[in-house]
Amino acid sequence: MNPERLLSLTNRWFSTSVGLTLVIFLSSAICGFLLLPYADADSRFSGIWDAICNAAGFPVKSSATDIIQPEFKISGATLGLAELTSPSPQSIGRGATLAQQCAICHGPEGVSRADAPNLAGQYAQVIYKQLHDFRSGARTNATMGPFAAHMNDRDMIDLAAYYAYLPRIPSSRDSAEVPLIVASGAPTRGIAPCGSCHGTIERKIGSPWLNGQPAAYIEAQLRYFASGARRNDTNQQMRNIARALTDDEIKAVASYYAGTQ
Amino acid sequence: MLNSRRLVLAHFWMAFGGFGLALLLGAWQMFIRSPLAGWIGNPEWYYRSVTAHGTIMGYVFPTLIAMGFGYAITETSLKAPIAGVRWAWAGIALILIGSIMAMIPVSAGLASVLYTFYPPMIGNPFYYIGVVLVVVGSWIWVALMSINLIRWKRANSGKPVPLAMYANVAGSYLWGWTAVGAALELILQIIPVAVGLRSTIDAGLARIFFSWTLHAIVYFWLIPTYIAYYTIVPRAIGGKLYSDSMARISFVLFLVVAMPIGIHHTFADPMVGAGFKFVHSVFTAIVALPTLLTVFTICASVEIASRLRGGRGPFGWLVALPWNNPTMLAVTFSFIMLGFGGAGGLINMSYQLDASIHNTQWITGHFHLIFGGAIVIMYFVIAYDLWPHLTGRNLANLSLMRLQLWLWFIGMIVTTFPWHYVGILGMPRRMAYYDYTHPAIADQALPVILSATGGLILVVSAALFFVILIRGHLSEKADPGEYRFSVAVHPPQRVPVALNSHGLWVGLMIALTATNYGFPILQLAVRSDTSVPAVYVGVK
Ligand code: HEM
Ligand SMILES: [Cu+2]
Repeated sequence: MNPERLLSLTNRWFSTSVGLTLVIFLSSAICGFLLLPYADADSRFSGIWDAICNAAGFPVKSSATDIIQPEFKISGATLGLAELTSPSPQSIGRGATLAQQCAICHGPEGVSRADAPNLAGQYAQVIYKQLHDFRSGARTNATMGPFAAHMNDRDMIDLAAYYAYLPRIPSSRDSAEVPLIVASGAPTRGIAPCGSCHGTIERKIGSPWLNGQPAAYIEAQLRYFASGARRNDTNQQMRNIARALTDDEIKAVASYYAGTQ
Repeated sequence: MLNSRRLVLAHFWMAFGGFGLALLLGAWQMFIRSPLAGWIGNPEWYYRSVTAHGTIMGYVFPTLIAMGFGYAITETSLKAPIAGVRWAWAGIALILIGSIMAMIPVSAGLASVLYTFYPPMIGNPFYYIGVVLVVVGSWIWVALMSINLIRWKRANSGKPVPLAMYANVAGSYLWGWTAVGAALELILQIIPVAVGLRSTIDAGLARIFFSWTLHAIVYFWLIPTYIAYYTIVPRAIGGKLYSDSMARISFVLFLVVAMPIGIHHTFADPMVGAGFKFVHSVFTAIVALPTLLTVFTICASVEIASRLRGGRGPFGWLVALPWNNPTMLAVTFSFIMLGFGGAGGLINMSYQLDASIHNTQWITGHFHLIFGGAIVIMYFVIAYDLWPHLTGRNLANLSLMRLQLWLWFIGMIVTTFPWHYVGILGMPRRMAYYDYTHPAIADQALPVILSATGGLILVVSAALFFVILIRGHLSEKADPGEYRFSVAVHPPQRVPVALNSHGLWVGLMIALTATNYGFPILQLAVRSDTSVPAVYVGVK
């Protein structure tokens, strides 16, 4: 049999298949990179090259110039500081001294008798962030603002280290009665389970440990988030959730975490 | 009987064994997220199960079927013992080791990342390494298919390569190349992060690599089914293949256009430019061509079978078909499911319509209908057809086979039709929990229950399938004779070189990969600002 050459333009199969592939590729590329970008009514290209780059997926720069600034302060705290996860004994000691001014509300052992949050055993990143936000004004509170105004970063880190070091109050709660919203959230309303950030299921950095917090405090914070009076949750996690919670759910989570349920 | 019967049987039993396990997980998933079951309380269990189900059904099961069937085709169509049998055993051993290595962390809840990996989620490294071993094991098969074909061609210069082998090798090349995408993603991106060498990952680039694999892998799953359509069905129902060349053209078209279209899986992703999305959609439209050719050719072949049996009239021939032949039944069911699935696929592939069903249960409904339905039902046929030649015993109980096929068909329709429907209603996929008491989704409860019932029917059908195969090992001995493939109406005397070799088509496949993927990959690879911190998952 005569050897038929495959890779040759005289071979019909070769020329047809390569030709067709080229035609399809080129025509789809012309459509995709030129005709369609121009057909888009919103397109404002400065030229052909601009249109091609856009269709090829180069990021468009213009939008980066006019970022809308919010009319309120946003949190600027950095939570990745190594000192927050492994504090030195000196830091804890200094924190203990500084904490004396806090004891009147938060309790000498970090356990409050005044419906202020219990700080004993709270994550260091959480305490640091809240103090930072009180100082910057990202979170406002008539009592805490003046205290934080006089603190420097060192003080905040030390206080965080000290409170994180104190033992948590033991939980007295019966785990069988976990409200559905804590364990499962409400997917249809876009509410993730509370426990998926605040402990028990999963912990996300920056989210406080809620067990044992006063019910009145938790309830008040959820209502502040819902109304927008508190907005130092940088990505709006808590504002979005709190707005979608029902009144009953707010009461239920507050008393569940307080351990009074 | 086949010389390589132990090799082929090992592949089939491992494949179907995995399939049986994964099927039970699938049925459990259906049940547990339906209104029939209470909320499991911990979504982790669900994702663990979906990861195992998807990994086995997507990577292990079809790969082993393609391999086992490929070995059987090599021996029977080339009429010579397989070269490199030891390597073949090494390949399946790698797959076994890889599967076990992957499934241990998955079962322990250390790698619930789903079979699509979903970076920046990062699980236990052994999961990914296991998957890589599975792929490497299958690459041994790719090499062996090629070597065996080359050997045969040397000894039979100028003769047409038997169709089954030609298609089989095309499938192996397709897999060899398309698996490279996921392999690059795993080796260059995910595994270094999983073992702690890096802590950030470019999730967008990873998704592009994955899409390189994701589309053509479905055609790799499909190829054994198409080989069965062309080379088993016409013979099994007493007819002839309408056109040998048409068959070859379909397979080479798959080789060329199955690959450069994967970006249709990232329509909703921001990191790929709209121009490339358009180019990929155009090529996606072309991939319908080989399927249409196949449907036409097989329908014509079936008609020939009927006319040979005395069927007449424009539609009367349908009556004369051998309806109690399980293969006839299965190919009909397969075509019906392929038809519905294909219609759904048209929606997925159009940029605008896709937005309405993206990431909904429609997608899972769609690929279960095509993959679990149209494709897997032909895997059953392949097993039934080969079993006597592998065991040297009869597979006699045709009515049990028919029942099994009917149940699979009905089960698949009952499972997937409501599954599509709830997708249109907007039910998201890959969620472990739905609150059906909420008025917004209360009307999804009934279809979901229906779907879960379908899953149960499928489990029954699979159980019957195992009964039939096991009984096949125990029945009386019988000589099955020589294994034969369908004969074409005009058996090829001489085939153009282009349709007797794969070089041209592999070349086009690689060239189109370069044009369609080169820029999107390079663009992200050279930028330094596209990585995000890894999110490590795993039970603590
Ligand atoms: C009893 C029959 C089956 C049932 C009830 C079933 C059910 C399921 C369910 C519920 C999911 C998870 C969907 C999600 O949450 O998004 C799933 C995923 C999957 N199934 Fe099946 N399945 C069955 C059979 C099959 C078969 C036969 C195959 C293919 C051979 C298959 C391939 C897959 C794949 C690849 C995934 C992964 C999809 C993902 O991760 O989203 N399944 N299946
Ligand atoms: Cu695809």
